[in-house]
Amino acid sequence: MENLPAIERTIEAIVAAKQSLPGALLPILHEIQDGLGYIPSESVPRIAKALNLSRAEVHGVITYYQHFRQIPPGRHVLRVCCAEACQAVGGEALAEHARLRLQGSDLTLEPVYCLGLCACGPALQIDETTLHARVTPQKFDALVDALEVDP
Amino acid sequence: MNAYVKACGETDFGTPQKVPEGTQSAGAGGLCMSGTPLRGQATAILEIDGVSVTVPAGTSLMRAAAEAGVMVPRLCATDSLEAFGSCRLCLVEIEGRRGFPASCTTPAEAGMKVRTQSPQLAKLRRNVMELYISDHPLDCLTCSANGNCELQTMAGVVGLRDVRYGMTGVNHFTDSVTDDSNPYFSFDPGKCIVCNRCVRACEEQQGTFALTISGRGFESRVAAGQSESFMNSECVSCGACVNVCPTATLMEKTVIDKGQAEHSVITTCAYCGVGCGFRAEMQGSDVVRMVPWKDGRANEGHACVKGRFAWGYATHPDRVTKPMIRAKITDPWCEVSWEEALRHTASEFRRIQAKHGRNSIGGIVSSRCTNEEGYLVQKLVRAAFGNNNVDTCARVCHSPTGYGLKQTLGESAGTQTFKSVEKSDVIVVIGANPSDGHPVFASRLKRRVREGAQLIVIDPREIDLVNSPHIKAAHHLKLKPGTNVAVLSAMAHVIVTEGLLDEDFIAERCEDKAFADWREFVVRPTNSPEALEGASGVPAAEVRGAARLYARAGNGAIYYGLGVTEHSQGSTAVIAIANLAMATGNVGREGVGVNPLRGQNNVQGSCDMGSFPHELPGYRHVSDTLTRELFERDWGVVIQPEPGLRIPNMLDAALDGSFLGLYCQGEDPAQSDPNTTHVTAALAAMECVVVQDLFLNETAKYAHVFLPGASFLEKDGTFTNAERRISRVRRVMTPLTGMADWEVTMALSKALGYEMHYAHPSEIMDEIGRLTPTFAGVNYEKLDAAGSLQWPCNDDAPEGTPTMHVGQFVRGKGRFLITQYVPTDEKITRRFPLLLTTGRVLSQYNVGAQTRRTANADFYGADLLEIHPHDAEERGIRDGDRVGVESRVGSTTLPVSITERVQPGVVYTTFHFPESGANVVTTDNSDWATNCPEYKVTAVQVSRLVGA
Ligand code: SF4
Ligand code: SF4
Ligand code: SF4
Ligand code: FES
Ligand code: FES
Repeated sequence: MENLPAIERTIEAIVAAKQSLPGALLPILHEIQDGLGYIPSESVPRIAKALNLSRAEVHGVITYYQHFRQIPPGRHVLRVCCAEACQAVGGEALAEHARLRLQGSDLTLEPVYCLGLCACGPALQIDETTLHARVTPQKFDALVDALEVDP
Repeated sequence: MNAYVKACGETDFGTPQKVPEGTQSAGAGGLCMSGTPLRGQATAILEIDGVSVTVPAGTSLMRAAAEAGVMVPRLCATDSLEAFGSCRLCLVEIEGRRGFPASCTTPAEAGMKVRTQSPQLAKLRRNVMELYISDHPLDCLTCSANGNCELQTMAGVVGLRDVRYGMTGVNHFTDSVTDDSNPYFSFDPGKCIVCNRCVRACEEQQGTFALTISGRGFESRVAAGQSESFMNSECVSCGACVNVCPTATLMEKTVIDKGQAEHSVITTCAYCGVGCGFRAEMQGSDVVRMVPWKDGRANEGHACVKGRFAWGYATHPDRVTKPMIRAKITDPWCEVSWEEALRHTASEFRRIQAKHGRNSIGGIVSSRCTNEEGYLVQKLVRAAFGNNNVDTCARVCHSPTGYGLKQTLGESAGTQTFKSVEKSDVIVVIGANPSDGHPVFASRLKRRVREGAQLIVIDPREIDLVNSPHIKAAHHLKLKPGTNVAVLSAMAHVIVTEGLLDEDFIAERCEDKAFADWREFVVRPTNSPEALEGASGVPAAEVRGAARLYARAGNGAIYYGLGVTEHSQGSTAVIAIANLAMATGNVGREGVGVNPLRGQNNVQGSCDMGSFPHELPGYRHVSDTLTRELFERDWGVVIQPEPGLRIPNMLDAALDGSFLGLYCQGEDPAQSDPNTTHVTAALAAMECVVVQDLFLNETAKYAHVFLPGASFLEKDGTFTNAERRISRVRRVMTPLTGMADWEVTMALSKALGYEMHYAHPSEIMDEIGRLTPTFAGVNYEKLDAAGSLQWPCNDDAPEGTPTMHVGQFVRGKGRFLITQYVPTDEKITRRFPLLLTTGRVLSQYNVGAQTRRTANADFYGADLLEIHPHDAEERGIRDGDRVGVESRVGSTTLPVSITERVQPGVVYTTFHFPESGANVVTTDNSDWATNCPEYKVTAVQVSRLVGA
């Protein structure tokens, strides 16, 4: 919280730059999340006011999309695919394994619905940068071990 | 009883009525006014379960079926909201089409053959119901909605017998806790079926958008604000979501406490001038809840936190129920019988008159009282007191409206119905704050703005309409307090000089000479926006933009409030508004007009009823011999031809020693009138002050006789709202005091030797109709049959008059009048550098005597002084500090709220709490024509309290 003014400045700048776009809400939310890693609840009144929306409406949109986070993410974000093809090859078990493995960790686990690797699931994405196919619990643990030692 | 007819006897048709093209603008969720002629509409004839029905094209199959007497099961549809199509219970079969379309979202087409029942439909519906019930607690017997639950009803209707997914009786939101933060209703998410009705009601009907569905899929749930408590959210507690909730999820706490009602009575809200119709749901003589009445024309099923929930004051322990007298105002009160109280009052009044003359006593009647009570008080004064010293608190709010509109248009009343706004293209709101003061009208207005109408706000302060969810004013003319006339004249200047006049309308309908004079006046360069910019503080370009927008609107409507009238130029501003409407041809049809938003429930009525020293009922001057003779014959007395004293004159005369007795019904001048010190000194100088009220109010501190009053729940009568609509008030409980106010006035009259004979208020209305041409067609039978009537209602307009001045003005030709801007005498000086202006908030009502005695205090517990950050900083004031406010007549202290809603140099406060003493600082400046006090402008200094 010590850099709240900086966060506020970022939000302010994003809202000001984008508020007159048609359908400005999603672009604003994306940019805030891209910039800050999440959408702070304090930004909601500011966005609502600028777009003539209620706080509830903005909140409804944020919670509707899995993509948007309301709390800051951990050092890394791991997304386990929970869509049909991956479910059929053990995706659910992987997700449950991941949940237990990451309890108390500073890494964030999120569900995702299809990563385009349906032919070789279960699929996992790390930080929107790397994709991993055929992820077994053992493979998952190895990846996590690497992330945990990696600063 | 049919399962679709709620306990209250109202049918839910499922989806809103489709209004045929060319008859009525179909506002989202708008209900049609019956009696509107159906012209040239496209209709569809179709067959539903073998019954042929004719409906306007576009009507939903569900509604068409309901009109044919066939009810289709439904959960997510209700006729106050647009169809949503989410529950899939309302499926039907259409011959020649595949599948099972949802009847709520499928429009009726000519020639369709629809089946609402078949074995397959029954199975589908049962399956849907099974899924709902598998995720719903099964504690029906102990549930607060038991007996009035649509989920329960529908389970019965579809014949649910078994739930294959188990009936564990839990909802998957096992972690949910009931939100009891709102004082009036609770939210128990464990019972929610996520039908979305509440969210849609908050959006479509109320226009607040406080609710949403958070999450998606199975995790979808209703959330207030950002998933916070209702109290912390944007919710304004209107109750619309509670009305539409089909389950016990959103439920009035009074129903949870007491259970469902066993009978109900239709009545009218006693708070603001919107005059909402309510169904008082009762158990015996105990009110269980007040539900907005769908057939109430003023509100069409909507309400606000005051009328809907804040009625508990009627049985508050502070109610005084026994008459009391005392010899001196320093003595303690002594309870006496009604006979003694009235005998004492009569003998005091007669003694004073014997010693100081006939004109030494008078009466004041509140605009909160019924028409019948108002009528009786003026009759008492004119017939039994023998003078014309009668006045009403409308003096302190809307007397300039009466004067200004009478002078220009010919009738002292607003020109439209509230529903008319649904046809407006440009809406001007000036000196009014509808979302706080007239919330149910504000909801209509906002709906129209969401449909695309443009909004112009003229107000010193940034009211909610300037910028709130889905509402943005095209122009906000943020003028300095006291400069309405400057801005309105400048708008007129633009309209004339830029060729925006409606010349045909003016030539046909207005006086030539008056128009020519006015035109010559407004075109003067001194009236240009540029010349007046310095005075008003509004940039000339904004004024020009607003004037053009209004003048070019197909339908331009003006709504105004006390921010127009409570000024030294209040009447001038009302005239300027009427001028603008005439100049642009915006009078005499739907969607246009000049509309005063009346503060109290019966401001219009008390003015109509002759509660003025110069006017008999129906705005007829006492000097008019024919009118006087009419009343004299009926009443068997002689009526004085000279106007009597206005409230300020009564007070001045009291200090001179020539006015010593006052009968004050439902009024509290010691709190509500300006310059409190002057008022209380005057009251203290009188020998017999009689106060009739529910509570010992501020004025009662100076009273010698206290006559306990009856609340609107305890009496019969009528109220007339801001649209001239006369609606019935019906007694639901016996008066706690034994007598309704009209009976007390009658008894006092008898004690004074002038007997009146009425067995029921309906007989008073009969007399009003007999003596007042605009009311000639009004009587209780007709009101009961029609629900309500808008005067004039007589042989020319037997069903009443929704829109006035159609074809021609009431006075014949409309009269333009010159509106020279004259700055108020109340000027800022070095000593008093800020201008104080006043207003009100949603949850509190006027002096707050009622609302303060309800849980509405949870929403707004103290008056606040709003100040701009610059002015606060200059004075070293922080948010929340208590500050001193001083004017040239008095001083008080208030907590501060720092906000940019107000402009630099202006401070703002409400006047709901007596301890704030807002009127201790307001001056006795007043409107030149009517003496309406200038509450809206007082020069003050604000300073930090030492030691604070
Ligand atoms: S009470 Fe009114 S404002 Fe509050 S959530 Fe319900 S509908 Fe919206
Ligand atoms: S709270 Fe009531 S109205 Fe709202 S979604 Fe739940 S059941 Fe429907
Ligand atoms: S206070 Fe006014 S808006 Fe609210 S319910 Fe009563 S009449 Fe309607
Ligand atoms: S289903 Fe998992 S990647 Fe497509
Ligand atoms: S009532 Fe038609 S889908 Fe719910």
